[in-house]
Amino acid sequence: MIPVYTRRRIVNAINLTFSILAMAFGLFWLFWILFTLFEKGLGGISIATFTQMTPAPGSTGGLLNAIAGSLVMVILATLIGTPVGIMAGTYLAEYGQRGWLAPVTRFINDILLSAPSIVIGLFVYTVYVAKMGHFSGWAGALALSLIVIPVVVRTTEDMLRLIPDSLREAAAALGAPQWKIVTLVTWRASKVGIMTGVLLAIARISGETAPLLFTSLNNQFWNADMNQPMANLPVVIFQFAMSPYENWQELAWTGALLITLGVLGLNIAARFFLRKQVLPN
Amino acid sequence: MKNQQMLFYSKFMGSHDYQQSTMNEPKLKTEMNIIPSQSIAPKVSINDLNFYYNGCQALKSINMNILREKLPHSLALPDAENPRYCTFNRMYQLYPSQEAHGEIMMDGMNILDKKQDINMLRAKVGMVFQKPTPFPMSIFDNVAFGVKLYESLNRNELEERVEWALQKAALWEEVKDKLNQSGISLSGGQQQRLCIARTIAVKPEVVLLDEPTSALDPISTARIEDLIFTLKEDYTIVIVTHNMQQAARVSDYTAYMYLGELIEFGDTDTLFTKPRQKATEDYITGKFG
Repeated sequence: MIPVYTRRRIVNAINLTFSILAMAFGLFWLFWILFTLFEKGLGGISIATFTQMTPAPGSTGGLLNAIAGSLVMVILATLIGTPVGIMAGTYLAEYGQRGWLAPVTRFINDILLSAPSIVIGLFVYTVYVAKMGHFSGWAGALALSLIVIPVVVRTTEDMLRLIPDSLREAAAALGAPQWKIVTLVTWRASKVGIMTGVLLAIARISGETAPLLFTSLNNQFWNADMNQPMANLPVVIFQFAMSPYENWQELAWTGALLITLGVLGLNIAARFFLRKQVLPN
Repeated sequence: MKNQQMLFYSKFMGSHDYQQSTMNEPKLKTEMNIIPSQSIAPKVSINDLNFYYNGCQALKSINMNILREKLPHSLALPDAENPRYCTFNRMYQLYPSQEAHGEIMMDGMNILDKKQDINMLRAKVGMVFQKPTPFPMSIFDNVAFGVKLYESLNRNELEERVEWALQKAALWEEVKDKLNQSGISLSGGQQQRLCIARTIAVKPEVVLLDEPTSALDPISTARIEDLIFTLKEDYTIVIVTHNMQQAARVSDYTAYMYLGELIEFGDTDTLFTKPRQKATEDYITGKFG
């Protein structure tokens, strides 16, 4: 019979060991991925990467058109998806207490949230690209916005639900109509959480390849026309990495590193932002 | 007595025996409606008020006339285990499972009537909650929040109003140099006084305090009670408390409620020294509760 205290210490040690092992296992792969990315991609980064177009096989070039295309489509998708997502999430959390609409919407949103992104690409291909007869930047932005919406809806609803009802009651007791309670009190109280959700959605779409393959495809040249196929980092990485040409493969690694750094930067920014907001002045 | 305070307790816990003895006692309904030494027509009358939440009846046929010049239109009835709800400013409308039946006549109008503008009603009936609920904005904006809903004041007038309300709530000296700081950065007692300032900034006719000190330490409680004493010069204050000493200290009139029924209602001195109902006496003397 082991004394209780000793037993607790043993259990604690076992738990601690397994937790550390699990953490080490996860970090191991993460660092390996980062290490490979830096090893293969860092050498390719130069001024030319940001100033020249994607090259033909064997010649030199950069990723300018792909970077620009990705930025434009991600920004547009965020601009389309964020307001819709925040509004829908607000409806679910603040207005949808009665009736069947909110539960049904929530259910469908959850399905959309876990839908494979290739399905979304195919959907936009069918309803937009096939009708228009050509791939385009608009189609790409549209497909990405369809991925943004469910993420933002979900985080907005979750964050608003964290706001205690007593805050809503206090605002209502002062005679504030519901739209003012939402815009002046609950949105403000959950501002940081909602922003974090938006940043997460941006991080998610900046690496999406499948929906862009069917919608904006790729473009080897500079293109500012949203009605034309648009270059973007993920598809360039996909095509260049699969190619037999060495300079293309190197550019693919560089592109992968850029995306990773971008997402990493976004996450760090989000955390910095969060910490600043959570502490009272 | 120019101003009055009313106090409603409700106790929902208690022994079965006690409940039995209460039920068997005759209820002096007619007497309850009369506050001694007053005979003017009631300004607020509550007629056969029943309140339900989640299918459970929380108020049972409450009849009460409130007779002063400055009158409480606001009354909260707390439950120990459930979310607070309030009939007198129709807070219950926030929750679909809550409903009220009956009549609360105020200035000749039934305030439970859905046609009455709820936001105007809430401007007249201010409410302070059990737990401090500062909004996530600056101290200044917290106080200005309600004012901006009803009045369009210019910056100067708004600043004056905020200062006035903070002075009234005895908070001005502590926060005058940090009005732009978040309301959440204040201590619990300060937050509660901020909520009181926010409520009186709207200039309501009645201030309803729902167990305003139950989450506070004794020193903060004393400050809030001092504040109630000052505020009762200008406002009718309805306070709900489970603390009997507090009831005796701050109120002029007291109503004792038990299990949703009004047991006794009268001026505080009489109720605490010569209660007419045995149930009240048992509660005051500590036989139960």
